[in-house]
Amino acid sequence: MGMTLAEKIISRKIGRAPSPGEIVVLPIDAAMAQDGTAPLMIKSFEGMGAKKVWDGSKAIFVIDHISPSSNEGTSALHKMMRDFAKKFGVTLYDVGEGICHQLLPEKGHIYPGGIVVGADSHTCTHGAFAAFSTGIGSTDMAAVFASGKLWFKVPETLRINISGNMPKNVMSKDAILYAIGEVGADGATYMSVEFTGDAVKAMSVDSRMAMTNMAVEMGGKTGLIASDGVTRQYLEGRIKVPFLEISADPGAHYADNLEVEADKLEPMLSCPHQVDNVKAVSEMEGLQVDQVFIGSCTNGRLEDLEVAARVIRGKKVRARTIVMPASRETYLAALKNGIIEELVKSGCAVGVPGCGPCVGGHHGVPSPGDVVVSTTNRNFKGRMGCADSSIYLASPLTAAYCALNGKITVPE
Amino acid sequence: METLKGKVWKFGDDVSTDLIIPGKYKFKTIDLDELAKHAMEGADPQFASKVSKGDIIVAGENFGCGSSREQAPLVIKHAGVSAVVAKSFARIFYRNSFNIGLPLVECPDLYDNVDTGDVVEIRLSEGKVMSGSKTFYFKPIPGFLMTILQDGGLVEHFKKRGRFVWEEPTRSQ
Repeated sequence: MGMTLAEKIISRKIGRAPSPGEIVVLPIDAAMAQDGTAPLMIKSFEGMGAKKVWDGSKAIFVIDHISPSSNEGTSALHKMMRDFAKKFGVTLYDVGEGICHQLLPEKGHIYPGGIVVGADSHTCTHGAFAAFSTGIGSTDMAAVFASGKLWFKVPETLRINISGNMPKNVMSKDAILYAIGEVGADGATYMSVEFTGDAVKAMSVDSRMAMTNMAVEMGGKTGLIASDGVTRQYLEGRIKVPFLEISADPGAHYADNLEVEADKLEPMLSCPHQVDNVKAVSEMEGLQVDQVFIGSCTNGRLEDLEVAARVIRGKKVRARTIVMPASRETYLAALKNGIIEELVKSGCAVGVPGCGPCVGGHHGVPSPGDVVVSTTNRNFKGRMGCADSSIYLASPLTAAYCALNGKITVPE
Repeated sequence: METLKGKVWKFGDDVSTDLIIPGKYKFKTIDLDELAKHAMEGADPQFASKVSKGDIIVAGENFGCGSSREQAPLVIKHAGVSAVVAKSFARIFYRNSFNIGLPLVECPDLYDNVDTGDVVEIRLSEGKVMSGSKTFYFKPIPGFLMTILQDGGLVEHFKKRGRFVWEEPTRSQ
């Protein structure tokens, strides 16, 4: 019987076809912890009495969540990470480098067929490169740092097949929000979510990553896309291993299937306070918007900033608008092609590459009663630091229109 | 660890890690005495002051969804909760809980049969939860996770054995 993409990647590591539900132990190709999870990882690592990190080139720290630090307590935790990285030879990406899920592929840590774990739930993002990539907690990460291996339950797979052409005002974010609305916040729990179809093949790496990033919002263990020419073009020159094209076998068994007709999609919003509370933007049109955030590991990439700038350039935003490039590389590219200047002139507040207001620590915590339109991945109550604000998740295109008009607007 | 008996605190579906411990606290400290003051704050702001040692959380679907923060099961455990029984759990929360020594029980049938304040008894190895005269059954916890739990979590487990249970050649599943 054919294998799904997840089964295929795992089979290359264990030398045979795995069965869903089976527990396997896999060698890890990249392991990442960020400033919200690394301090506890360090505590567990030291508590275990571990003496060394298995491979400092594969063990990675990223300071991105509260970056640069906004307070003394966080600064002490950042220092703890820097000290540990120095002592054990861990690869460290410090303040200003960007968001972990953007940095790992940019810096060549991600490649097709790799097994990746991150102490961050959105680690599923890297499945866009056909890497089996999933989020774990700090103590699991300590076990990986100590041994270079971890146990996994082989997941069943939900296939989301997106066929046809997407309308001009629809982005991959709208497709994933639509899918989450259909599947539900726990509809893919423990499962691998495999995205297929000609609409996916036609997507850029940036667009693909926005979808795999949100697999966890339906409970998924990883979001996966077969590697192809688009993947190759992005990874060549970055990775040190040979590039592989990996895809699912014909005849693979999928536990569930969702068919999405791209032509019928429209701009979507995820409404407060659950990601699966999904509506068409048109249903909410006219609602006053106080703050817009364009950024994050979901939609802070160059393509996203370009889309936003195309809408906003030459005009003034009416809502308070915060923009954060996903990484230094993104920031530099956006500076070079003039996007940053256009956004700043239009009244946007452009910040340091990092997670920004998404996790509620700094850089734009809303006030009670605020309506926020955000290109991020979670709208849970209190997510951005204020339990009495309402967060609507949207594509960068929709967010840009909302910023410009100060109210929820269907993009053209 | 085999038998856990405690008073129930009942919550609904999709209790996220942002409700269990808001992100704004977790970036500032890893001091659990401090963090546990905010346990379940997003779902019930008074929870930390009301909960007693040994109490049991009963919840609906997808408990612990959202971020990978291990602070979530840690604050629940540190606040005194001895176990969480839910209809289902989010994946990362599930792993994290066993790794830090907090037992989780997936028992969908219990939910509609208990209320906050009831006393329930969990027998982990027998796979059952008792509430008054009623007994509800659940699929037993996998052997290697029980081993980690009995050792007091993954840190103690490694300290005690010098290797991880899944690295042992004759591991049972």
